[in-house]
Amino acid sequence: MQWFNEFVQYLRLPFVQYAFIVGVIIAFVSSLLGVILVLKRFSYIGDGLSHVAFVSMAVAGIVGLTNEMYLTLPVTVGCAIFLILRSNKSKINGDALVAMAAVGALAVGYLVMNLFPTSGNVAADVCTTLFGTVAILTLTLDKVILCIILAVIVILFFILFYNKIFSITFDENFAKATGVKVGFINILIAVLSAVVIVLAMNLVGSLLISALIIFPALAAMRVFRTFKSVIISAGIISVVGTFVGICISILASTPVGCTIVVVDIFVFIIFYAIGLILKRS
Amino acid sequence: MAFVYCNNLTVGYEGRFILKNLSFEVEKGDYLCIIGSNGSGKSTLMKTILSLIKPYSGSIVFDEGLSPNDVGYLPQQTIVQKDFPSSVYEIVISGCLNKMGNRPFYNKKEKDLALKNMEKLSILDLKSKNFKDLSGGQKQRVLLSRALCASEKLLLLDEPVAGLDPKITQQLYSLVADLNKNYGLTIIMITHDLGESLKFCNKVLKIGDSYFFGTKEEYLAKAE
Repeated sequence: MQWFNEFVQYLRLPFVQYAFIVGVIIAFVSSLLGVILVLKRFSYIGDGLSHVAFVSMAVAGIVGLTNEMYLTLPVTVGCAIFLILRSNKSKINGDALVAMAAVGALAVGYLVMNLFPTSGNVAADVCTTLFGTVAILTLTLDKVILCIILAVIVILFFILFYNKIFSITFDENFAKATGVKVGFINILIAVLSAVVIVLAMNLVGSLLISALIIFPALAAMRVFRTFKSVIISAGIISVVGTFVGICISILASTPVGCTIVVVDIFVFIIFYAIGLILKRS
Repeated sequence: MAFVYCNNLTVGYEGRFILKNLSFEVEKGDYLCIIGSNGSGKSTLMKTILSLIKPYSGSIVFDEGLSPNDVGYLPQQTIVQKDFPSSVYEIVISGCLNKMGNRPFYNKKEKDLALKNMEKLSILDLKSKNFKDLSGGQKQRVLLSRALCASEKLLLLDEPVAGLDPKITQQLYSLVADLNKNYGLTIIMITHDLGESLKFCNKVLKIGDSYFFGTKEEYLAKAE
């Protein structure tokens, strides 16, 4: 039982508690948005946006902003709105547009960090931003509060607009024809996705964010058959996966972000198997 | 006495005009078939009537107490819908959204309406089935019930029988004809297959190199 006592010791530490609270909240909201994004064929938008956030973080570091969020958040939100609204009209496909933003931003960000190094160890800086290795354990109380506020906004949005979200995800043209304000709701989805992604960078880093968005949604879709049950189960899967992931990473001293993602992959495989069994019977 | 007036419409997208100076009107109780070859702009015209696309010039006027949102629409199916996790009921009731305004949830009346329309199209037993497991004909019935929830006055159908086998096609056409005759719905339908669909309609709009708008009898007389 020594590991258990050790674990309880850790739980007493405020920064570990913050990590759990923020981790679970981010996991929950990103899985809710994930269901919509996956169904709207925007699985990769998390990747694109997080790389955009990566560039703006690099730039914020150079300019010397005390809180890089002031730059990261507006830039990422702007990009999200552009990507989601543009993809319907543009001659370049939505997925190509997202891919362009993703790799372009990654290259520019890495270049900027090398040209204007803010600390002696650029490689470590880059690694931290990409994989979020320690950021989750250095959270301050104000970031925790910010996460809680965000979670409340996303959950309220989901409850109040649930039926309209369903309609525009299933059939945007029909929704528009029956007078749903499709543009407005799409912008809300874009803004919320961007905010969630910027916050999730602390948890898993910018390379692994897509995992938080995609895996719970896809796992839920293997087994559940109605929209409502998929949304609810994706939320539960994501929360449990992240909780277990953080526990493992504390006990086994593994990097937080990738541990969570590996747990999510594992859950996906289980759900995939359950889905196959259900189909056969 | 017309439901929908289209005056001198010029429609298209991305700066390309597809139809120029098209005028026609749909009266209450009409069953209008829109025909024309592939790429002649049938779907674009329908999307313009639904105000999904703005016309370049001309106007569409809704009359007789019909508001632009009070229309039922049966679009062509999209790829998204192929593996969308949703029950039949969730889809049908989403047709009631235009009655909700800013209210976030469906009320009793709307839930009853969804059930009633599922019964009308005999898909009530599929209520909790998953949409993606249904056959092509069943899927069209589901989307048609959703359209009925959206409007009891005007239905717009975009090639509703695409990809269905002849028997199911027949059934769907008689279903639409029944809605037109016995429930008084006005129908505007895009169609490919002239033989079957023209049996039930009373007016024809042909678009393409030359336009024709008139009754079915006039169209058939001209075609001969």
